[in-house]
Amino acid sequence: MNSKDIQSIWSVFKREFLAYFNSPVLYVIVVIFLLASQGFAFLFGRFLESDNASLTQSFFFWHPWIYIVLAPAVGMRLWSEEQRLGTIELLMTMPISPWHAIIGKFKAAALVWLIALLLTFPIVLTVFYLGSPDRGPILTGYIASYLYALGCLSVTSAVSAFTRSQVVCFIVSVAVCILLTLIGYPGIIDWFVKSLPASLEGGVRFVGYLSFMDHFYEMSKGVFVFRDVLYFLSVIAAGLMLTGLALRSKRA
Amino acid sequence: MIQVENLRKEFGTKTAVDGVSFSVQKGEVLGFLGPNGAGKSTTMRMVTGYFRPTSGQIRVGGVDMLENPEEAKRSIGYLPENAPLYSDMTVGSFLGFCAELRGLRGAARDKAIDRVLETCFLESVRNQSVDTLSKGYKHRTCFAQSIIHDPDVLILDEPTDGLDPNQKHEVRNLIKRMGENKAIVFSTHILEEVEAACSRAIIIDRGKVVADGTPAELKQRGNAVVRVVIKGAAGGSIRAEIEKINGVHQIEPGLSSDEQFSGRVLVTKGRKSADIAREIFGLASGQKWQLEELHQDEGKLDEIFRSITRSDTAV
Ligand SMILES: Nc1ncnc2c1ncn2[C@@H]1O[C@H](COP(=O)(O)OP(=O)(O)O)[C@@H](O)[C@H]1O
Ligand SMILES: [Mg+2]
Repeated sequence: MNSKDIQSIWSVFKREFLAYFNSPVLYVIVVIFLLASQGFAFLFGRFLESDNASLTQSFFFWHPWIYIVLAPAVGMRLWSEEQRLGTIELLMTMPISPWHAIIGKFKAAALVWLIALLLTFPIVLTVFYLGSPDRGPILTGYIASYLYALGCLSVTSAVSAFTRSQVVCFIVSVAVCILLTLIGYPGIIDWFVKSLPASLEGGVRFVGYLSFMDHFYEMSKGVFVFRDVLYFLSVIAAGLMLTGLALRSKRA
Repeated sequence: MIQVENLRKEFGTKTAVDGVSFSVQKGEVLGFLGPNGAGKSTTMRMVTGYFRPTSGQIRVGGVDMLENPEEAKRSIGYLPENAPLYSDMTVGSFLGFCAELRGLRGAARDKAIDRVLETCFLESVRNQSVDTLSKGYKHRTCFAQSIIHDPDVLILDEPTDGLDPNQKHEVRNLIKRMGENKAIVFSTHILEEVEAACSRAIIIDRGKVVADGTPAELKQRGNAVVRVVIKGAAGGSIRAEIEKINGVHQIEPGLSSDEQFSGRVLVTKGRKSADIAREIFGLASGQKWQLEELHQDEGKLDEIFRSITRSDTAV
């Protein structure tokens, strides 16, 4: 990474973020996310009734389900729009590496989620007002939640590189994110383990281990395991890598 | 500045570009002619580094595009077909973005934006959203992007497509003016543009180069034409008499009837249309026909174009 690389990434990032900022997308997504995350917490999470002043069960628990829908909504324009407009031809004939563009764009979408997540701070203030919670689980919960959002975003980035239609990208990305979430859902894993022959249990557990949920759940309970963070970072890297491969195959 | 050798591009089983070679020096404007689907855009996309060729060599400004794409792209300005733009930006911010990707920062960037806004007559729409521009302005905005870093090599894919006649004229003059100290390649299917702006032209058909030369040289490859309308005898017999003239290559009949012949007489290569016209005149006065029209045309590029290319609509 020399300064030229950083400047190229910065230029792409800036343009992409301004595109979010100047369109209703950013505001709509942030507002829906805030409503949904707080709404779930209060309605289903029994946030006020649970006496342990923690956010794990009531608040973070619902985030994956929100991201499944909202992360693709943020990410679907990343490369689909570029292909629909034909601007990808401009971008890819600029004297920059395709990776600069891929990373710059991803960072812009990631910033949208950072903003959305930071704006949930009132609920943190509320827990501190109501009791004296552990700080650790709240911090790891936020990290886990953000990594989950980025995981879904990287999936969406890869899917958007394959299609010029934002609608197709949205639907496929949501489906992939649901799949990656559900295969690790404890209830579902248990059901598979019970209904399949015992010899396959190892396989089922392994597939479950690959899911977002498995890693999210541990972290959101306050167990900060480096392995889980690494898992999400690898998912992001894989998503961006796939984005690059898809873009390259279109130009091959 | 541009050297292209044996460029091939296959899409699946379809060969879009099949062994194209050419080179363009500084100060040259190369016209890229060909019917739709001939492979013009595909060739340009390979030269600009967008498509990777199936095989072949591309050097731009002495740098190999396949080995060192980032470096080679630096000296190229590119106007893609249909002039794509980010619809959510203003003209100024779009040009700023492109300038930054070209490595222009700070004051250099602002100066470059001002310069191209002036060159492309865009000052009045600087803060307007690209989305709300008329087609001509959109096109010029994308064109402005291609010259923002004052490149040595300009590749323009149908730069006058969709412009009105005045704008076409302006763009042509712009190309001609810039061609004095750049290497320019532009594609078109409008033949008068080639005569107006190019120092050299390549005709490409079904992925292959079928002609290469100055516009004047290309014209000589075609037949001169004499257009005639003669009254006073049956069309068929007039035609038969004209065909006997030495130096008549072929006759394309137009509207003929019992007392009139009209058509185009193609002159054999190497013979002058003036000679044939004189012979037809002599024939008509000898036969006491009335010569209603006698008009000679030098070889026209579109004749040559038609005779050596087959459009994708032809069987
Ligand atoms: N991305 C692509 N995939 C498959 N075929 C393509 C692609 N791009 C162009 N072609 C085909 O290559 C041929 C040449 O196209 P093109 O270079 O756009 O022609 P031109 O610009 O001369 O009109 C066409 O038959 C077109 O259908
Ligand atoms: Mg074309």
